[in-house]
Amino acid sequence: MSASDRDAPGVAAPRPSMRLPEAGLALAGAAALVLAAWAVPWLKFVLTIALAKGVAVLGILLLLRAGQVSFGHSMFLAVGAYTVAFLAPAVPEALLLLPLGALLGGLLGLVIGLFIVRYRDIFFSMLNLALSMVLYSLLEKLYDLTKGTDGIRVSALTFAGAVPDRETQEWVMFGLALALALGFGLLVRAYLASPMGRALAGIKTRETRLEFMGVSARRVLLFAYVFSAVMGGAAGTLVAMTTRHVTPQLAYWTSSGELVFIAILGGAGSALGPFLGATAFELVRVYAAAAVADAWQMILGGVLLLVILFAPGGLWGMLTSRLRGRA
Amino acid sequence: MSASDHRRAEAAGDPDRPREATRAPLLSARGLRLAFGGVKAADGIDLDVMPGEFLAIIGPNGAGKTTFINMTTGYLRPQAGSIDYDGQPILGLSPRAIVKRGIGRSFQLPQLFSEHTVLENAALAIAAHAGLWSPLTPLLRPRYREEAMALLDRFGLAPLAEARADALNEGARKLADIAMAAALQPRLLLMDEPTSGVAATEKMGIVETLVRVLRDTGVTAVFVEHDMEVVERFADRVAVWSQGRIAALGPPEQVLNDPAVLRDVIGIEPAHHA
Repeated sequence: MSASDRDAPGVAAPRPSMRLPEAGLALAGAAALVLAAWAVPWLKFVLTIALAKGVAVLGILLLLRAGQVSFGHSMFLAVGAYTVAFLAPAVPEALLLLPLGALLGGLLGLVIGLFIVRYRDIFFSMLNLALSMVLYSLLEKLYDLTKGTDGIRVSALTFAGAVPDRETQEWVMFGLALALALGFGLLVRAYLASPMGRALAGIKTRETRLEFMGVSARRVLLFAYVFSAVMGGAAGTLVAMTTRHVTPQLAYWTSSGELVFIAILGGAGSALGPFLGATAFELVRVYAAAAVADAWQMILGGVLLLVILFAPGGLWGMLTSRLRGRA
Repeated sequence: MSASDHRRAEAAGDPDRPREATRAPLLSARGLRLAFGGVKAADGIDLDVMPGEFLAIIGPNGAGKTTFINMTTGYLRPQAGSIDYDGQPILGLSPRAIVKRGIGRSFQLPQLFSEHTVLENAALAIAAHAGLWSPLTPLLRPRYREEAMALLDRFGLAPLAEARADALNEGARKLADIAMAAALQPRLLLMDEPTSGVAATEKMGIVETLVRVLRDTGVTAVFVEHDMEVVERFADRVAVWSQGRIAALGPPEQVLNDPAVLRDVIGIEPAHHA
């Protein structure tokens, strides 16, 4: 806001604003992750999972922009993961399985979304949870197909036709996760700045106005829902390819809760928030589990409590307020 | 041109004068009935709105004024009656479908996207009207930015373009709300109390801006209003709502001098007014 605008009549309380160089922060963050993965090799696995979850949490962020919380979003992650588990023996190519998992996640999102975008708030949350639990039950009970809670071991994968050794494969998976995180992050950022993305935020505050502008709030939410499901599916394929073992636990409600947890921890103010949250979540989990094996959930809970009480904008909010404070 | 200027032009045979008598009504409501429990919000409303006119709706709280706007814009469905717009029935259509036919509305409580700037609010309305919903091109692309700035300029809001909508005072919020409705290029604009909550010192300036923009763009307007000075100065006709019925309808100088209207609606004794 310019000085002349601040003086303009009609404005009650001008607010200072400063555009943060998000692209620069994203590149710096990516470089830091690569450095960490190089310096501490065993962190590659942890960071790959964190990036994959960050991609899934980007989907949660979209729905949060519309004021909706999904407590069942890990069902899309499970769809992506089981796509890899089921198809890897026949189609071992990771670069084919990845878009296939995202596509199937998106298709399920479209089918569910057509029905679920009619609902708001607690009904939206609970219907997502209920549907994810239906999927969980199917994965658990259809033993002949899914091997129940034993899960499915993902068979050997090829990457662009090659079968890399274990160390190289870890780097390839890490690189793939990082590339997808950056790619989806850019897409989400562009989407949120588009008329559709702005209208999505309007669902949270002024849905009536949207309708009286001739805009279907349901269609706007459906697009976001399918987009988030695509990201959930892609995240699931990354998880399956990294862990090489897929179980129904992926669709369980606690897994969905974990995604919401990460979204709040990271903050919904930017596409970088989910990755900040996911990295912090995985690192705290690993180190807390090593330090106090029986009480690591308590430490995670404590961290979230502190964030909610003292940094409601999440880690992204903390970071931006510090950066703005310095400027 | 104020409403009284319009009426004078009509009397003098001005070729630019409104020609309501020779035209079909733009909006025609017949026999509208709607009750909430025992409360009759609409009890046989018959009303024609002529193209180009400014019709003020006055009446006490709870008389059914907003209900009429809600029924016309598809937000509420009457239990009986019909509403035709431009000769076509619109009853049963969704608010979205009605907006697309050319009826816009503003709200008693401005419905701005509070987390966005005034410019973004205007650009979003323009984008909605254009129907361009590419998910990857920015809202504030040059075309929308220019159109939005031009719109805000017409409403005198250009200096506030970069202010967040929730930082505006009530007068600016009301204007921005109406500007968003105007961005959809309606032929008929329904405004629910466009001056309520606005400081007395700002009120006339806001209404003058509003009327100038709407007259320039040929928009027909129906507005709910409590300020009789605004009604007298800017309305071509006045409809007096009372308990879900239209108690009086006519030019402001006739209706606002009706002793029953003065006593029951405005709340003053006719002798004092004279």
